[in-house]
Amino acid sequence: MSFAMPSEPFSPPFVRLVFNSDPMAVRHALKALFDGRPLRFLSEDARGTAEIVLSEALNNVVEHAYAAQPGQIEVSITVETGALICAITDHGLPMPGEQLPAGRPPAVSDLDDLPEGGFGWHMIRSLSHDLAYRRIEGRNELRFRLLTDAT
Amino acid sequence: MELEVEMRGDLMLVRVREDRIDAAVAIQFKDRMREVLANAPARVMLDLEQVGFLDSSGLGAVVAVMKLLGPDRRLELAGLTPTVQKVFRLTRMDSVFIIHPTARDVLRDAV
Repeated sequence: MSFAMPSEPFSPPFVRLVFNSDPMAVRHALKALFDGRPLRFLSEDARGTAEIVLSEALNNVVEHAYAAQPGQIEVSITVETGALICAITDHGLPMPGEQLPAGRPPAVSDLDDLPEGGFGWHMIRSLSHDLAYRRIEGRNELRFRLLTDAT
Repeated sequence: MELEVEMRGDLMLVRVREDRIDAAVAIQFKDRMREVLANAPARVMLDLEQVGFLDSSGLGAVVAVMKLLGPDRRLELAGLTPTVQKVFRLTRMDSVFIIHPTARDVLRDAV
């Protein structure tokens, strides 16, 4: 895992992490991100929201883009007033149809046939803003904004 | 995956002694719960007070655990921390489980 924090005096706080595609590495990366100086100031609510979205997006890369094959994931977060600008890059498989999944809310009406998955994109779409995906030169790039003001 | 089991009459209380139920441990959690539930009584309550974070894999595992109980029993949950509560609310799973504020309240009434 590498950690970069540019030190130009007038640039907004920025953090970048590169780590292996693996559920435990995702867990450690999230801890490093949220315990690091740029994100430590977040309220409990904002941190919870950011952790849900980042965790879902990163675990999707592990499970689907790399499909349990080895690979590297890069996360970068720029801290702006009231928002985190997030980008996740990987070199795994593209999204199906090179499009973001719809992320429809899971059906919970039938108690005997409850879904055990498919929650991730719904939560990402519910909690993030300006969500955008592109496939470029063999890379997946996912970008979104997370609000950090109290809601 | 550390689970602590306490029996109170017809209630089995399972305390999850972990900070997170995420993609890294969801399968372990499900497997451990399957063992624990082998002799489960009428009521099973999962105390999540120590769990600060649960992702969609963790949520899927909790749903799978409820299915292990069969069609006639609903898994009860207690002690949802704010981020865990948010995941249940966003996915509407808060309407599926019986959710108690804390396990202590339930234990007091169960004596």
